[in-house]
Amino acid sequence: MNILRPYCFLLIFTAFALVVQGQDGHNHRDDHNHKDGHAHQKGSEHHDHNDHNHAAPVQGSPDHAQPGQHSAVTQGASAVGHADAAGAHEGCGHTDDPNAPFNAGELALHHISDANAIHIVGDWYFHLPVILYAPGHGWKWASTRSFKTHHHGNGTVAQDGYVLVHGNVMRVQDPAFPKGEVPVSEPSHETTTVNGKEKITYYVKANDICYKLDPKTTLDGGLMGGGITSFYDFSITRNVFTMLLVCGLLFWMFRAVAKAYTTRDGQAPRGLQNAMETFVTFIRDEVAIPNIGHGYERFMPYLLSVFFFILGLNLFGQLPIFPGSANVTGNISITMVLAVITFLITNLSGNKHYWEHTLWMPGVPALLKILILTPVEVLGLFLKPFTLMLRLFANITAGHIVIVSFVSLIFIFGKAGESLGGTAVGLAASIPLTLFIMAIELLVAFLQAYIFTMLSAVYFGMATEEAHH
Amino acid sequence: MELATIGAGLAAIGAGLGIGLIGSKAVEGIARQPEATGDIRGIVILTAALIEGAALICMVLSFFV
Repeated sequence: MNILRPYCFLLIFTAFALVVQGQDGHNHRDDHNHKDGHAHQKGSEHHDHNDHNHAAPVQGSPDHAQPGQHSAVTQGASAVGHADAAGAHEGCGHTDDPNAPFNAGELALHHISDANAIHIVGDWYFHLPVILYAPGHGWKWASTRSFKTHHHGNGTVAQDGYVLVHGNVMRVQDPAFPKGEVPVSEPSHETTTVNGKEKITYYVKANDICYKLDPKTTLDGGLMGGGITSFYDFSITRNVFTMLLVCGLLFWMFRAVAKAYTTRDGQAPRGLQNAMETFVTFIRDEVAIPNIGHGYERFMPYLLSVFFFILGLNLFGQLPIFPGSANVTGNISITMVLAVITFLITNLSGNKHYWEHTLWMPGVPALLKILILTPVEVLGLFLKPFTLMLRLFANITAGHIVIVSFVSLIFIFGKAGESLGGTAVGLAASIPLTLFIMAIELLVAFLQAYIFTMLSAVYFGMATEEAHH
Repeated sequence: MELATIGAGLAAIGAGLGIGLIGSKAVEGIARQPEATGDIRGIVILTAALIEGAALICMVLSFFV
């Protein structure tokens, strides 16, 4: 069995390389390098790149935006959604440049972000349901299949004003956009600078009119570039799908284990039951009892759930091929929800002793309490779940980015397939490095699940500790 | 962006020093009291994860700011 292990690794690596090869198209898709050489104005003006950009013009791309559509745009859209942009220079952005150099950062960012359709390999997609809501427009239920996806995850039709761009659903801003199925062009994009931050706006062309697209609403208040837009996306995305898959798998496993305890009552555990018992007794004896102590039974269900949930998702994220590879625990929203649950359990189960020590520490002069101790302790209440959230998110995201970057070495050295010798050098460098990082990430997958559970248990222990005066 | 990358590097230096100190002290501790190896290992992993967490927070911030 031991001798087979390297071959298993090689097999996994080959599959991974295949997937990345399949995603090779994405290197070309987002060339945001045009920003160099342009003096960006402050504010939210749009820059028309059509006139002065494209040192290497897009060949063979019939959808490439031409500057000649200005009149159509101003007629069709300026009155409604483009009031800010309806200058003489309203452009349609530009489509992807197939001659753009390989951009590993873009590839990594694309890999770690969520998407509405799961990219398997090449032009194959695993289609997922989309559930969209726009105020004044109502609900829209569909599948990403209905967008008639072709390469790069771009849809060829708009459904009720929704368009698929790089595997993500976006919405046409213009309310006058026709309902139903409308054929649309390859999406184009342009980069603007708003308050020193780059912002990518996507456009799509239908009936030779250029329409600006709205990305989905994200509730981060603009912290990570999101904000409230014209629609809300409640879809089963790649991350949600993986979460449901892991939950189903865990449910099936624990149901089988629980059944084994009734059917094999009084006998030694066997198989899956044995494996799970190791983990469960580990969490109980090494995490819950030493850190929580008396009354630890109350918290065991949460500790076990969160441990197996994080562990399952971490391990699924490690899988380079289809059902895995989603960066779920590296999504800050998911780790935030987990941290908020820990925060709520901690503070709702906090006893008098805990609150006394947080808000009015005994044995300390009152002035010191008011000025320093209580503010710091209250801040600490929120900092604990905050670091819990960031630790899991940062560890998993960093691992994914590093692995994708090392695989990208192949394309960087090989100039995206141009140089065979470079590809060989890239492979020789990439395989050992990637295997090394993947082995470390396997450790990190267990470690981070353990740390999250452990720190949650420590916080619960602090909240339920009895006084020792 | 360039300054942010320097920040990420500084965070890595800090975390490297910290985890190196943990490792050295853990080895010393285990050499003195080999029977405490299990306990020490658990504490080492936990402390290293805490330091790593701080370093990763710095790195993530340096890329977002």
